Amino acid sequence: MRSRARRGCIWLMSSLLAFGASSPARQAPKATEDVRVTAADTGRPGGRLVASLHSDPKSLNPVTALDAYSKEVISLLFADLIHTNPYPQHTETALAKSWKASSDGKRYTLELRRGVRFSDGNPFDADDVVFSFKVYLDEKVHSPQRDLLEVGGKPIQVRKIGPYEVEFELPEPYAAAERLFDSVRILPRHLLERAYEEGKISQVWEMATNPGEIAGLGAFRLKQYVPGQQIVVERNPFYWKVDPSGNRLPYLDEIAFLIVPTEDAAVIRFQAGDIDVISRIGADNYDALERDQRARTYQLHDLGPGLEYNFLFFNLNDVDSQKLPDLQRKQEWFRLPEFRQAVSAAIDRESIVRLVYRGRATPLWDQVTPGNKLWVNAAVPQPPQSLARAAALLRSAGFTRRPDGILVDSHGQPVAFSILTNPSNVQRTKLATIVQDDLAQLGMQVHAVPLEFQAVMARIFDTYDYEAAVLGLVSGDADPNPEINVWTSGGATHLWALTEKNPTTDWQAEIDRLMRAQTSMLDYQKRKHAYDRVQELIAQFDPVICLVSPHVLVGVKSGVGGIKPAVMGDYVLWNADEIFWRSKVAGNR
Amino acid sequence: MIWNTRLLFSAVALFLFLVPVGAGFFAPYDPTSQNRDLPLVPPTTIHFYDARGRLHFRPFVCLLAETGRLGSQEYAEDCSKTSPLRFFVRSERVYDGKVLNTSWHLFGSDTPAHVFLLGTDGYGRDQFSRLLYGGRTSLGAGLLATGLSLGLGLIFGCLAGYFGSWVDDVIMRGAELFMALPWIYLLFAVRAFLPLSLDARQAFLLLIGVIGLTGWARPSRLIRGVILSAKQRNYVIAARWFGASSLSIVRRHILPEVSSVALTQAALLVPQYILAEVTFSFLGLGVGEPEPSWGNMLASLQTYEVLTTHWWMLASGLALVPTFLLFYLCSDSLQRRFQVSDLSR
Repeated sequence: MRSRARRGCIWLMSSLLAFGASSPARQAPKATEDVRVTAADTGRPGGRLVASLHSDPKSLNPVTALDAYSKEVISLLFADLIHTNPYPQHTETALAKSWKASSDGKRYTLELRRGVRFSDGNPFDADDVVFSFKVYLDEKVHSPQRDLLEVGGKPIQVRKIGPYEVEFELPEPYAAAERLFDSVRILPRHLLERAYEEGKISQVWEMATNPGEIAGLGAFRLKQYVPGQQIVVERNPFYWKVDPSGNRLPYLDEIAFLIVPTEDAAVIRFQAGDIDVISRIGADNYDALERDQRARTYQLHDLGPGLEYNFLFFNLNDVDSQKLPDLQRKQEWFRLPEFRQAVSAAIDRESIVRLVYRGRATPLWDQVTPGNKLWVNAAVPQPPQSLARAAALLRSAGFTRRPDGILVDSHGQPVAFSILTNPSNVQRTKLATIVQDDLAQLGMQVHAVPLEFQAVMARIFDTYDYEAAVLGLVSGDADPNPEINVWTSGGATHLWALTEKNPTTDWQAEIDRLMRAQTSMLDYQKRKHAYDRVQELIAQFDPVICLVSPHVLVGVKSGVGGIKPAVMGDYVLWNADEIFWRSKVAGNR
Repeated sequence: MIWNTRLLFSAVALFLFLVPVGAGFFAPYDPTSQNRDLPLVPPTTIHFYDARGRLHFRPFVCLLAETGRLGSQEYAEDCSKTSPLRFFVRSERVYDGKVLNTSWHLFGSDTPAHVFLLGTDGYGRDQFSRLLYGGRTSLGAGLLATGLSLGLGLIFGCLAGYFGSWVDDVIMRGAELFMALPWIYLLFAVRAFLPLSLDARQAFLLLIGVIGLTGWARPSRLIRGVILSAKQRNYVIAARWFGASSLSIVRRHILPEVSSVALTQAALLVPQYILAEVTFSFLGLGVGEPEPSWGNMLASLQTYEVLTTHWWMLASGLALVPTFLLFYLCSDSLQRRFQVSDLSR
């Protein structure tokens, strides 16, 4: 008992020595402040956490940022009105203290927290919200968020009712409308209004900006950026969350992101103890870390399948017969459902899981992974690999095997095609090699063609000059609404048939109808029913042949508390405000 | 003494080329067949003593099985099920029946056990078989590309050196242009223009074509130099005065002068071109999966985990060392030999 008290004293002293001078003073929340009390364990304040990014963020402007690295840092610096908590995957209050929907589902009234201040100390109110939405919805700004704020093709309307009350009007009822507000970061009007009026909003807050000129409502604020080396954020002293004991969050004084260009390099530095948290580890590296029993000063978490799905798809675009005659001939096969079903039946998904992901992945037959707990359809059939069934399907579609084993179509043309992959993704390249071998068993001659990622994208989105490709998509949200662009004809990421503006098949027409209908259904069960059917149709007609969902693998140094790794968002740092060091020594390096 | 080293050289060189050429016989397995339950297996231990310590004159191998979690890639031998090592075994299928392959193999074992002398790669394919078949690709590419570039170099070098004046100017400026061409980018560009579906054989020929066509410049400059000096020799001038035609002068008097330089060049170029093939295939621009080449076998080493824990994946990289050494020693001794004969003349 006594020794513990003494240790406490030493901690206190070292904390004063280490952090007393540099970090902003911790202030207890005032009574007039509408803080949000979290349910998390009470942690210990202080310390610095080191994470890594594979590349420099391109911008810290929440309006225009596109790349994942920028978004990861931005999510710490800014806050939204209603937040989707990635852990239970449902929405919770953030800057909005509460919200009410009208009975027709078209009008949402949000009550904002009072007494909240930006990280530069300026107060936050309804004007900031109205300003932020004005910026995001302005067509001239070209914000990528704008598409997400449109319902039924029309933007939502925002109106200030009182200093702490705003009203949103939707053009039509929209399912899960509160999820629209997730990741729409509130901007400081006092800092950005002038830039917006001068039409320069998309140029502000580039990476060269002085840290003092950036202010947000997130748990942290920018402290320092050294290009190519690191980006450091420090505790926002005005943050609007407190723990159950009344301590203002976040606990950490600083988070430093080191720029480490490759996953391998990040793993080595994590192993050496330079980096405290690491996410997006490949299965190979995860096993290497797990084997390293020597020190084990870290904990590894296999979170199971995330929201990423990897798939093979054939080019079903309408192409110019003059420019790509060969492709057009092959599309006769690709358009046959039996052909795609045979390919799907012949692929050994279990082997992909085993050889490519060392068992740390889940085979898939449709686009919703088991990681998406609310929307996965467990009734979709999951037939194991069957070459016999594949061969029967091909026979029924008029394909035959030549005596030398090569598969030929009804015109006697041998079935040969190429699969595009990008070599920067080792797993996808390996996956293509396995698919190639599986399809060779059917007599198909398949070539895996590794091309640089930009070249792959250009062929898929612009020139349509490819036969098949292996790609992965990560859903931004567990909800089916953001997926509408992928599955409905005419969608911007309707990858396999971007030229299909109106449905050309019955099943595509049904998918279109279901996806559009579910957006305006307000009842979860009804929506689930509709989306279940979409999953069944995808699994049955295989416009994309879903293959595998890799597990989300993360590592955290021992001594870090408050960690709740989730399969959505930033995996580990999504609750950075609640993360703390259990002991001073570990965090004080 | 000289005889002995030469004999040794020839023996090693012969072996080096015979083994890949006879890969169909020496390799126990099809280099593309995947054993999906045995990825990244370490080299198989060949046992002479059984569990009770008895000596077996016919060595045997044990059955291998993955332990622990599926996909853990940790293996243990189960020596309750053994299989003797057999020689001159026959396989059911012949790998790629068109080129020098047979269904007879030097060694093998009864299924379900396997003899993986150099372990397996990430797809459970036998590394030893891949090394041999891959050697066929890589050494073949080196030799063919050398043949092509030296042939072109000889033609252009002869033309430039013998005829001189504007012919020389045009060819030599062209050679400089080719020497300035960055190979890798050229191959990227050529690859981008060709159709995506390129099978292994076409990719192989393309590779040889690009290496050979860009590589003629250096030998041609060298050969031109030799010819320029050969042209001035008295017997050439004499032959010309006697009315010999250009062709016969080149054939009778000049080419023999060139042969020593050409051979030495060849010995230097072959390893360079093997390395070029390895580099291109390593980058995914050369011979593609599943056909083996020393380059694409090394590609898996780009992963840190494979590099640090699966040493047998380095096999094709290690095979390059003696190959290169041999060619450099060869060029060295060729050079010495010709110098000696030059002096004695």
